[in-house]
Amino acid sequence: MRLELDPAPSPTKVALSYGAFLLLALFLLGFLFLAYGVSPLRAYGLLLSPLLDPLGLAEVARRAIPLLLIGAGLSLAFRVGFFNIGAEGQLLMGAVGAAYVALFLPPGPYTLLLMFLLGGALGALWAGFAAWLRVRFGASEILTTLMQNYLAYYLVVYLVAGPWKGQFVFGFLYTDRFPEVARLPRLGDTLVHWPTLLLGVGAALLLHLLLFRTPWGFSLRVLGENPQAARYLGLKEGRLTLLVALASGFLAGFAGVGEVAGIHGRLLEPAQISLGYGFTAILVAWLARGRPGLTLLTAPLLGLILAGGDALKLAFSMPFRVVDVVAGLLLLALIGAEAASRHRLIWRR
Amino acid sequence: MEEALVRAVLFGTPILLAALGALLAERSGVVNLGVEGIMALSALAAFAVALDVGPFLGVVAGVGAGVALALFLGLFAITLRANPFVAGLAVAALGLGASGMLGKRYEGVPLQKVLPEAPLALLALLLALVLHLLLYRSRFGLYLRSVGENPKAADLFGVNVEGVRYLALGLGGGLIGLGGAYLSLAYRPSWTDGMTAGLGWVAIALVILAAWEPLRAVCGAYLFGLLFFLQFRLQGSVPIPSEAFAAMPYLLVILVLALSGRSRAPKALGQPFERGR
Amino acid sequence: MLRLENITKRFGPVVANRGITLEVGRGEVLALLGENGAGKTTLVSILYGLYAPDEGRILLEGKEVRIPSPKAAQRLGIALVPQHPELIDAHTVAENLALGLDLPPVFARRALLARLGALLQDHPLGVDLEAKVERLSAGEKQRVELLRALLNRPRVLILDEPTSVLTPKEAEGLFQEIARLKREGLAVIFISHKLEEVLALADRIAVLRAGEKVGELSRAEADKERLVRLMVGRSPSPPPKAPPPREEVVLEVENLLVPRHGFPVQGVSFCLRAGEVLGVAGVAGSGQKELLEALAGLRPYRGKVRFLGQTLPKEPARVFSLGVAHIPEERSMGVVGGMSVAENLALRTYPAYARLGLLDYRAMEKEAEALMAAYAVKAPSPRTPVRFLSGGNVQKVILARELKGGPRLILAMHPTYGVDVGAAEEVHGRLLDLARQGAAILLVSEDLDEILALSHQVAALYHGRLVGPIPREVADRERLGRMMAEGRA
Repeated sequence: MRLELDPAPSPTKVALSYGAFLLLALFLLGFLFLAYGVSPLRAYGLLLSPLLDPLGLAEVARRAIPLLLIGAGLSLAFRVGFFNIGAEGQLLMGAVGAAYVALFLPPGPYTLLLMFLLGGALGALWAGFAAWLRVRFGASEILTTLMQNYLAYYLVVYLVAGPWKGQFVFGFLYTDRFPEVARLPRLGDTLVHWPTLLLGVGAALLLHLLLFRTPWGFSLRVLGENPQAARYLGLKEGRLTLLVALASGFLAGFAGVGEVAGIHGRLLEPAQISLGYGFTAILVAWLARGRPGLTLLTAPLLGLILAGGDALKLAFSMPFRVVDVVAGLLLLALIGAEAASRHRLIWRR
Repeated sequence: MEEALVRAVLFGTPILLAALGALLAERSGVVNLGVEGIMALSALAAFAVALDVGPFLGVVAGVGAGVALALFLGLFAITLRANPFVAGLAVAALGLGASGMLGKRYEGVPLQKVLPEAPLALLALLLALVLHLLLYRSRFGLYLRSVGENPKAADLFGVNVEGVRYLALGLGGGLIGLGGAYLSLAYRPSWTDGMTAGLGWVAIALVILAAWEPLRAVCGAYLFGLLFFLQFRLQGSVPIPSEAFAAMPYLLVILVLALSGRSRAPKALGQPFERGR
Repeated sequence: MLRLENITKRFGPVVANRGITLEVGRGEVLALLGENGAGKTTLVSILYGLYAPDEGRILLEGKEVRIPSPKAAQRLGIALVPQHPELIDAHTVAENLALGLDLPPVFARRALLARLGALLQDHPLGVDLEAKVERLSAGEKQRVELLRALLNRPRVLILDEPTSVLTPKEAEGLFQEIARLKREGLAVIFISHKLEEVLALADRIAVLRAGEKVGELSRAEADKERLVRLMVGRSPSPPPKAPPPREEVVLEVENLLVPRHGFPVQGVSFCLRAGEVLGVAGVAGSGQKELLEALAGLRPYRGKVRFLGQTLPKEPARVFSLGVAHIPEERSMGVVGGMSVAENLALRTYPAYARLGLLDYRAMEKEAEALMAAYAVKAPSPRTPVRFLSGGNVQKVILARELKGGPRLILAMHPTYGVDVGAAEEVHGRLLDLARQGAAILLVSEDLDEILALSHQVAALYHGRLVGPIPREVADRERLGRMMAEGRA
């Protein structure tokens, strides 16, 4: 038995291979549910339960907002081979930027705009630093962006427990509430802060257009597909990488602004600002196969898993870590299926 | 002073074990970014078995869990030739998530029979030496290094590339698992979600800092251990917020990566092997 | 002794080998002759356990055998010297050779050296066993490959295009060694696309074309013309003649130096006039690639380079826009496989298709269609990803893109490598057409016949130094070979 490359797999085979791997993932997940002591079928039911009522759908939409913003940026970054694993940290930096504007600058008609600009800029700075380290020193951005997640995490903890701790919050670790002008409007009674949602949709469409219809996007596709050819044409690999990193960090920063300005109304502990959006967005981008436009579909899908994870947490008092398990297994199933469909199994000899 | 050195070694030990495990896999060309998750799951497995059966079987369980999760990663990174970086990250998430989920019932449970740290620390040091000899003085080591440098050539020489890589990844998983068991049975005899606290990532950075040499990894691990000790010691006695101390290892990793980014890695690191290409 | 029966191998829709039957006996040299892409390497890969055949069987001394891996091939006594030396550069020669031995689980370096010394008594190696392989020349590496293959006393030895990395003199030494091995009773399968070698060495010659065996001749029946006809499927047309060059100087290179890990190119000087072809030969890795890439702006260099009287910029896009085409060594560098034919044809000029910031794909595809027709690129549509095209068609895409603007200087490296004879003739025709219109051509090739056929001046690179140029009229294969191997004109 051996594996050989299959240059042109048939659509049936691709579908079968994705189906088989997703089944495998579901099976393993079910096994873990059993080990935790709950019925897998009930757990799966709860995972999908947000689809059944309007409130649940609103929860899905709310989670899809940061996933869309981050995922669109990441799909661009992955396209050029910049493996930005640090969207989580960039999101937190965005939240910090927003909180600074909201809490320490005089409120006014431009407060929200400034929050988005500073939040985006801090997110971009965070990602740009990793890109600079890679371009200048050859440091793997996978590890540096990951480490920066921790740095951002402790920065936020420091801020909410120290200098920015609210005056009226007693023992809690968060800042005072943002003034009303620093809050984003929501859809009815839900937590869906629609201006950020619109930004996300716009970003996905714009990046898609940029990638597939502009000269700059053309050069990005060349670089991502064949770095050798990029060198041959004289494309500036370092500069392109840096720009893409900045763009994806900027969007992750936006996501952070949206979370604090649209939902919490204050800066609080990092684990409460982001429910692992940075990591889940990797899946959003990976599923979208480097097409920013496709994140419009994949972000809600992963939003569903996050909302479902919340339901599981409530029903079984399961740690929210369950989302990591689902995401990890799903990611493995996806890359496994993709790889398997590129090969064929030869049993003879 | 003496205390500082002892604590440095004791704290450096889990980093050393995890780094040796990652190093072994990387010398064969397989990137293992799952270290953090493998360590967490092993720590839990070791703790659970130690609680029910005994500490020695606990160690065995920890090592076993490490091997199993590493081989699971191998299924994707080696056999299926999927993107090894993404696969590793997924395994990290899976290991952290599964251990957090399954370990909930063990949170806060005290461990009756604690393992002593010193013998395990000595064992880790010994393992580093064994690994060095394995790499440079044995047939398997020669195969392993060859596969990591040029799998195509090794394949033509008749070396079973995938077999060697599975062995390296699996053995490495065992070492990482031993590190996890050390954490939950000896160093901090308990189970808490997230008790690996980023040590796995530090270990991955250490492999780069040590230029993929086991003996250099020893020095590096103890150096990290010393830094952690100083962090612990200075906390509160100097006017620096404790978060800055907590963030220090991660900052250090970034610094290490920047300083040694282009040092000599095995040539085929992170490249899935495909015959006929 | 060894017999292949009805071997068929497919890669997706492509049939690499179709129903091939071959036999080689003890003390016999069987040559497998065929153009690049005829399926020779696939066939030996099957024999060496690298690929599984889809159909057919392999018999060794009358018994059917299965060869699932190179290890199995070695156990059966089949050894392979691959086309390009596949050694572990970071290891020593001894460590590389040790991989071919049955080693004990734990060994001492000294014992290994002693054992290798004993084994190599009748086959002088000529290099230090403890030298790092990365320091060896291509010829020395191949010697290590051959000895590694012989260490286990094989019954069948396969040599895949062994002379492509050798100087003519080194090749001569290899032929003597093969003759000796043959006398010792080894069965040798010798793969080549070079007629002289095959005629000099083989007892029997099997010719492959497009994956099928189209003929098998004994040495006595074979002659050059017959072999060519079998190989190509028709009589080759005589090579085109380059028109005489003009007076105008296009390129002046003075003391060009490429600094990187030592100096791959050291103080190269030459001058090219309009319509002139300078052919540069050399053993692989003598600095050819670095020289061309420096001129194309891809590598930093020192020294004076003047193109049409101006200093050449060191930026690929600007160099191209001044009228310098670059046909890179590896086709994979010159195209982006996942992008369409139209996009690849626009790789140099895509910013020009922007209308209000957006690329006008209709215009791009329309121009692509015209170019595809002009260069006879066979592809279903301009939107087909280049990755689905054959090697020859990919090369045509590169050529069409690089040459469409009427360049004044063409930097061409192995422009016909791996394409069939028909396509190669077309490529040569195109290049000479441009020379006729006043382009200067710097042609780097491993194929001495190609260089001698097209050039006005010939030169060789030897360890980064340029030997020559000398006028074509005073050059022949032997002299060129000496220039490559000894660094003297």
